[in-house]
Amino acid sequence: MTDLKKRSMFKLAALSALAATALVGCGKKEEPPPPAPAPAPVAAPAPKPEPLKIAFAYIGPVGDGGWTFAHDNGRKAMEKELGDKVATSFVENVPESADAERVIRDMVGQGNKLVFGTTFGYMEPMLKVAADHKDVKFEHATGYKTAENLRTYDSRTYEGAYMAGVIAGAMTKTNTLGVVGSVPIPEVIRNINSFTLGAQSVNPKIKTKVVWVNKWFDPPKESEAATSLINGGADVLMQNTDSPAVLKTAQDKGKRAFGWDSDMTAYGPKAHLGSAVINWGPYYIKATKDALEGNWTTGQAWWGVKEGAIDFVSVAEDVPADIKKKVEDVKAGLKDGSFSIWKGPIADNTGKQVLAKDAVADDKFLGGINWYVKGVEGKVPGGEKK
Amino acid sequence: MESYSLLLAATLNAGTVLAIAALGLLINEKAGIVNLGAEGMMLCAAIAGFAAVVHTGSDWLGFAAGMGAGALLAAIFGLLVIWLNTNQYATGLALSLFGAGFSAFAGITYVQQVLPERRAFSVPLLADIPLVGPALFRQHPMVYVTIALVAWLIWFLYRSRAGLVLRSVGQSPESAHALGYPVRRIRLAAVVAGGALCGLAGAYISIIYTPLWVEGMVAGKGWIALALTTFATWRPARVLLGAYLFGGVTMLQFHFQGIGVEVPSQFLTMLPYLATIVVLALISRNPAWIRINMPASLGKPFYPGS
Repeated sequence: MTDLKKRSMFKLAALSALAATALVGCGKKEEPPPPAPAPAPVAAPAPKPEPLKIAFAYIGPVGDGGWTFAHDNGRKAMEKELGDKVATSFVENVPESADAERVIRDMVGQGNKLVFGTTFGYMEPMLKVAADHKDVKFEHATGYKTAENLRTYDSRTYEGAYMAGVIAGAMTKTNTLGVVGSVPIPEVIRNINSFTLGAQSVNPKIKTKVVWVNKWFDPPKESEAATSLINGGADVLMQNTDSPAVLKTAQDKGKRAFGWDSDMTAYGPKAHLGSAVINWGPYYIKATKDALEGNWTTGQAWWGVKEGAIDFVSVAEDVPADIKKKVEDVKAGLKDGSFSIWKGPIADNTGKQVLAKDAVADDKFLGGINWYVKGVEGKVPGGEKK
Repeated sequence: MESYSLLLAATLNAGTVLAIAALGLLINEKAGIVNLGAEGMMLCAAIAGFAAVVHTGSDWLGFAAGMGAGALLAAIFGLLVIWLNTNQYATGLALSLFGAGFSAFAGITYVQQVLPERRAFSVPLLADIPLVGPALFRQHPMVYVTIALVAWLIWFLYRSRAGLVLRSVGQSPESAHALGYPVRRIRLAAVVAGGALCGLAGAYISIIYTPLWVEGMVAGKGWIALALTTFATWRPARVLLGAYLFGGVTMLQFHFQGIGVEVPSQFLTMLPYLATIVVLALISRNPAWIRINMPASLGKPFYPGS
């Protein structure tokens, strides 16, 4: 909470600039327009000579409590680690539209030599700007296109989903788990499947119900979807949407749920079983060091527990000790490579074997999952035709 | 059976948010003013209401704060469009965008705040009837208040003298003016009342429906309420019906997904919009109905003395 307050104070300037832009754009009739400030990046202090200038473009506000919040924590961790060698700045609420290109060009224009774009939709704008500025390095989160000076990075969120599953499988009384899905793309389906596999590892009887809201962020709808799952008998919920609405709904209805992307304990302390968090810090530190030391080359990074990018935190008090230990074991196994989540035999929910005994899925396999594993009810919307 | 009873309960709850906002907009529009700022007013009311509950611990003060915020924004809007004759659509859109930005700004310190625990409300005795009780009598009081509001609004608009004057201002402000009614003040009163109801709906979202504050959390409900008013041909009972229908189909599509009906979820997501439009278009298909019910001077500025 105190951290939040500090963050808020720090952010006041950024948000007033934002509110002012909103006013200038459309509020002419309400109040006299203040001088138009372009949404310029908020420069963080770094007085030492010649630091590497680094800019971040965020899709949401850093106060979203989820995705963007996690990225900003990563930025802060990197700044803390590298101190006066770097000068970071960020622009929040950059829409996935032509605006993104303008903002990113602006960042380059201000002398930033390393630019991070934190959402899938910046892919094309970043490619365009990268082609025009070969001396600047670009890092794009969750994309799949690269260039000589543009590389991608992503996190293995499904590892967090699996650990959540282990706890869910142990804590459910109805043997019915519910997932509020955002948009049916492989990443999200993989998370639902991993959650289910995790639960089955401690409780083979469970089944998972899935409800899609077809949005990343719509708290009332997320809440409605959660209510519907609870009405259908689910007593432990997970979500792949960006707000804490599912956790909050579970709390109000006396059920249990998880935090996603960031630690969400504060939103529903009674319902909260743990949070699957993304820790972007290690990657941001590595990427920046690469640029500082001249080792930067293009590529695609997909980091998980092993690299410290994924963690499972704030496990609830009432989770049995053996389950807590199991989560720690999974974490340790993922870290030293002795454990794989996607190891056969794994069958899809029509009974077809998708992964033979002892076969371990590679990243290509994981990137193309568009079916549910056994134990998940229903069918992936618009998924594989059988 | 029990799951259907719970489905009905969720439907009433989902419809209530839309109904309150749409009834407010109905009052506006009956007086001839279109306020496209509903979404912005609801967002500002959502953060005002949420903040009030955080500081006072009382839901009812939260609702009052939400209504106050909605009314205040509506009053500014009213002064602009009624006295300065700015374009209603442009001003409304400006209000909507302003509200979204301002609520985000005002809400920075309330992200991650948690509201106090509240006990579930239920109607004594009736709540214990099997199936019917959980479906109908374990709702938040606001659900019943909304139904009462519809009944009152029907009486007010069609049975009371004040309602007649309000409608005449929306039909023909010139005639009302000639008869000596203060057209501008009546319109302002209607706009403020409408804003207060939109505010109530916004506060209901952040206090009861999804009890937390995150930026942009109204997520388009204001726009749906605006559309609902038109599709319901400006009749209060139909607004309520449309709101329940929309809420019902929303909950039903989640229910279908949950029990594994093999229809693409993208199609189901579209269904509430489709169903509401189809049903309301069907019951309002008689063009005479629209002519009778649509305020003739809707959206047009009024210049006294011209």
